[in-house]
Amino acid sequence: MIPTTHYLYLSLALFTIGIVGVLTRRNVIVMLMSIELILNAVNINLVAFSRAYGAVAGQVFAIFIITDAAAEAAVGLGIILAFFRNRETVLADEMDLLKW
Amino acid sequence: MLETVKPYLWPVLFGVIVVAVLPLLAGYVVLLERKVMADMQARLGPMRVGPHGLLQPIADALKLLIKEDIVPLNADRVIFWLAPVLSVTTALVAYAAIPFGPGFQIADMNIGLLFILAVSSLGIYGIVLGGWSSNSNYSLMGAIRSVAQLVSYETAAGLALISALMMGSSLSLRALVMAQQNQGVWFIFCVPIAFFIYLVASIAETNRAPFDFPEAESELVAGYMTEYSGFRWSLYFLAEYANMIIVASVATTLFLGGWLRPLASVHLQIPGTRMEILDLIPPLFFLALAGYCVLRAPRQPVAVQKVFMLLVAGFCLLLAAALGWSLTSAEFLPAIHGAFWFLAKVFVYIYAFLWIRFTFPRYRFDQLMNLGWRILIPLALTNLVGVGVALVLHSARGWGLFPAFLLTTLATLAVAGFLVNEGDKRLKVVAVGANGE
Amino acid sequence: MNGAGALDQVFFYFFAALAVVSSVLMVTRRNVIHSAIFLITALLATAGIFLQLQAEFLFAVQIILYVGGIMVLFIFAIMLVHQDVSLKQLRYSRQKWVAGVLGVILVAEFWFALDKGGSLFHPGAPISGGLQPNTEQVGQALFGGYMLPFEIASVLLLVAMVGAVVMAKRRI
Repeated sequence: MIPTTHYLYLSLALFTIGIVGVLTRRNVIVMLMSIELILNAVNINLVAFSRAYGAVAGQVFAIFIITDAAAEAAVGLGIILAFFRNRETVLADEMDLLKW
Repeated sequence: MLETVKPYLWPVLFGVIVVAVLPLLAGYVVLLERKVMADMQARLGPMRVGPHGLLQPIADALKLLIKEDIVPLNADRVIFWLAPVLSVTTALVAYAAIPFGPGFQIADMNIGLLFILAVSSLGIYGIVLGGWSSNSNYSLMGAIRSVAQLVSYETAAGLALISALMMGSSLSLRALVMAQQNQGVWFIFCVPIAFFIYLVASIAETNRAPFDFPEAESELVAGYMTEYSGFRWSLYFLAEYANMIIVASVATTLFLGGWLRPLASVHLQIPGTRMEILDLIPPLFFLALAGYCVLRAPRQPVAVQKVFMLLVAGFCLLLAAALGWSLTSAEFLPAIHGAFWFLAKVFVYIYAFLWIRFTFPRYRFDQLMNLGWRILIPLALTNLVGVGVALVLHSARGWGLFPAFLLTTLATLAVAGFLVNEGDKRLKVVAVGANGE
Repeated sequence: MNGAGALDQVFFYFFAALAVVSSVLMVTRRNVIHSAIFLITALLATAGIFLQLQAEFLFAVQIILYVGGIMVLFIFAIMLVHQDVSLKQLRYSRQKWVAGVLGVILVAEFWFALDKGGSLFHPGAPISGGLQPNTEQVGQALFGGYMLPFEIASVLLLVAMVGAVVMAKRRI
């Protein structure tokens, strides 16, 4: 059997890659995708613990997180599309209207 | 190690058989389509290659294989190559869960239906990425249209399938067929609205006319496959027809009783034997087909075609013999006859597809979206509530199956009709307002 | 170690490696569509890990919702915003070095915690067979004890849908 910590290491790797992606990329769409990756890493954690403790709650919460990710993607992409229509850019550091 | 591998032996063998037979089957669906089209337009259809064009699919396949493979300039080569493969792979993988007969299923998964939904939702990437990577505006338009269309209609199709799940209370396709056997009724007679919704949604999902917008010959050349040619184009073609067979199989399994014989609960036996009269239909069907081939053989124009016609007759006789022989053995009867009935129902469903294709005019894209979001999805949601009510009436209140479902079906139609009508009124008000500006 | 256990390990490490490699590629690709494709691969690999953890229902949900729904939306949005321009621009923002250092610190921190405290996460051997029947158990939990969160989640989805329509519409 694979120890639970191995799932946690995997989750840690995906989480960190996601964090670095959000912080470094300029393209807002890639930033959103990195956030999806972070949520996904959390899901691995939840399901691994659900297996380890024999409790179904982890899987239920993973479903809630997927729901949340869907909502976030819909609203986030809506904002990006609206912004792109007005400013013709999807780059994070060019979204500086509030800095005036 | 051998013990580990052993349980996977039969599934792998079945899988190889399915993957080997399927392209052939898809080819013959194409031939069927051309023949049906010709019939509806009072023509003969392909007649040259083999008697009545029976070898046409093989000739077509050879032609496609030796055509030049063109990659457009500035295309994203890797994705351009990957996309058709993705399309075909997802189409083929979905067959893993489909029960062709009581003994002929690659894997009876406990999430069988969800698996098919999941895999077919992956198939969209083949179309989208193919359209995007071609670096052509027609392809991109086709890809964008296909995304909108598939996402809209997958919702309606999923909601329609849920009512069958509620009837059978399982996700395993085999258990769903068994539920129809135990309840003694095909689910189409209980939830006809759900079947109708699935029929419409599955036409849209397989991009068939009258909903063929991702391809849209008259507007987008060939939509997402404009830039494809030769082998890759035929992969897309194969995927489309494989998807048709899949949606037909899913509809057959969930609504039309799967591998069950029509009137499966009627047991009329031939006096003196244990054979049932209705079980004689499959062998007699093939016998009749063989007889027809023999009668037609002398009227073929060329000697080779005469011989070939007799060969076809022999093949039919062989099938009739197999089906007849299985009558005597209790072991093989359900398996072989099950496969016969399953395929027969699949072909009836596909015939309905073709019929719709050649009789309805094409929709417009906004009409398609209106149909999906304003009619099918509300109807499916109302129907879901109706099925729930009927099941409660049936199981908790002790109503008969048919009165309960007749009542809720009529109520669903009334409510959904009211909702759609109200929506239409508001739509007209909005439209008038927009024109007034 | 019996054959089935070895197969289990092969599946886990294969999917884990696939997930990590493709998510690294997702962050580093210049072309946004390629990024999306690698994210899809990572999500599919995660679905494989769910399957290996015997959470079949989540496996299906992950593919239907994440891969078949959310990522399709992403690709749709990417196709709508023209990408030819951003291909020629810088991939990373100016804070990339700070972010990299922060990432390294994060990894070190968690690694230390897992290394020292990982033994806390061993409540005996994982149950063999998993939570079976999986779909029924998840369904009963969702519509039983987690009814209220479930309803709240559906309200959240409704709000998000309305919000997305409002955002994306030119004129309301």
